[in-house]
Amino acid sequence: MNALRWWQKGMVGVSLAVLAFLYLPIVILVVFSFNDSKVTSFPLAGFTLHWYEAFLSNEQMLRALSNSLVVASFATALSVVIGVAAALALDRYEFPGKRLFQNAILLPLSLPGIVTGIAMLNFYKQIGIPQSLTAVVIGHATALLGVVVSQVMARLAKLNRRQLEASADLGATSVETFRRVTLPAIRSSIFGSALLCFTLSFDEIPVTYFLTGREVTLPIYIYSTLRRGITPEINAVGTVIVAVSFVLIILSVTLLRDRRES
Amino acid sequence: MTLTRRTLASFLALFSLPLAWVLLLLVVPYAIMISVGFWTRQFPLFHPDFQFGNYVQIFSDPQYTTVIVRTLKIATFVTLGAVILGYPLAYFLVFTVRSAALRNLLYMSVIVPLWVSYLLRAYTWKIILGTDGALNSLLVSTGIVDAPLDIFLYNQTAMVITLVYIFVPFMVMPLFTVLDNIPRRLIEASEDLGVGPFMTFWKVIFPLSLGGVIAGATMTFCLAFGDFVAPVLVGGPNGTMVANLLQTQFGTALNWPLGSALATVVLALVLVLLQLSMRLDRAGRVDLA
Repeated sequence: MNALRWWQKGMVGVSLAVLAFLYLPIVILVVFSFNDSKVTSFPLAGFTLHWYEAFLSNEQMLRALSNSLVVASFATALSVVIGVAAALALDRYEFPGKRLFQNAILLPLSLPGIVTGIAMLNFYKQIGIPQSLTAVVIGHATALLGVVVSQVMARLAKLNRRQLEASADLGATSVETFRRVTLPAIRSSIFGSALLCFTLSFDEIPVTYFLTGREVTLPIYIYSTLRRGITPEINAVGTVIVAVSFVLIILSVTLLRDRRES
Repeated sequence: MTLTRRTLASFLALFSLPLAWVLLLLVVPYAIMISVGFWTRQFPLFHPDFQFGNYVQIFSDPQYTTVIVRTLKIATFVTLGAVILGYPLAYFLVFTVRSAALRNLLYMSVIVPLWVSYLLRAYTWKIILGTDGALNSLLVSTGIVDAPLDIFLYNQTAMVITLVYIFVPFMVMPLFTVLDNIPRRLIEASEDLGVGPFMTFWKVIFPLSLGGVIAGATMTFCLAFGDFVAPVLVGGPNGTMVANLLQTQFGTALNWPLGSALATVVLALVLVLLQLSMRLDRAGRVDLA
């Protein structure tokens, strides 16, 4: 390739700036979580773990954290069970309304969360489900179904059909074929999408905002704290969340990548 | 497989639960929201009805129209900002980075922030742009300005910056995919014919990447349009967006019918945009095989 032209150099410059732009705020969050000062300003005032201690002794925050973990776990489990069944049916059968169904489950992913939240709130009020963490779990599981279905279907589309036929020819029942051929092939996409669901549910605000009652999740707790003002405690809990998300993301991406083509 | 009497049983075994779940907990809620939009409110109760008063109010009362126009404006700026920042990055990843491993790593690093708490990423801009925030203190301590400036936070620019920051990965993802799918021989052919790299970019690469621009722009616009966290955190008194208006209708204003109608407007807008972008993408698609 020839030397880069001025406009290509410009594009490289912009790209590097954008990458910096994407990470600088996260770095600032982490740095200030260890900064020994009540305000987030330079020059840095020295190293402290005080904000982590404050976060670990803040009972409301810990309660919100455990609520979030519970909600994300249940929502993920529901999403995976329903989503995998849906993906298998969508992959295997042709039926009227198939496209419509697929579009419907993808809708909450491209629609601003607030609309889905309001729709569910209206519905729950009509049928008398009170605002609660249970309502949040059902809401998340429903809104995240599209994640599981699209990931698992993408993997199923690559599955070698002849393996399924061979299994059937050898006398395996459809349950056996599922357990011994299909499931091993889609297992990594199930784990990967489960991790994505978990992360998304753990972080979700708009749907949770409308469906939750007195018990709140961590993002809602942080959100309401932020409206009153900033404490560096948020930087500490933020840093922990960032660290955990990085691990989960890397894990899920590794699982979703196809290492061996069948 | 088409459904026959033989396969129907196993199909139903797999699909009844997902179908019932989606109908009852997703489709019905949207339908109910749309119908509540036609209800009336007699404070503090809501009455089933079928009238267009809420819609008339939304589109005639300046209190609502200003916010809708403002939200459209901000979402447009955010989309433009995301294209301006996202396009060079996607181009750089696809055409300038030579090593596949480095390209994947960099691409990953663009997507990773997407899954790192959305709330925290909005919040970091509050601590960066605030009066005694990171940016101001940096400017003061380096002597560039004498006293902290309060021009950074609580205005529409701060909201646009924050939202661009949050949604730029949504722009890079589809752009990366379309750019990566452009056959290299088209570019080589253009260069062999003596066309300079800029004209090659303008006449070959850019037109072929429009589908990605449209997909990314649609996603960014829709998400920015419905955001309610950034306005609360970094927007000022002039920062109210449609989503904040929605929050109010279900909170202090206690007017669910009006709120539902407004949410229906957002829903309709997003559906129209998605449909439009799908059509545009199909019309502009060139067979590259």
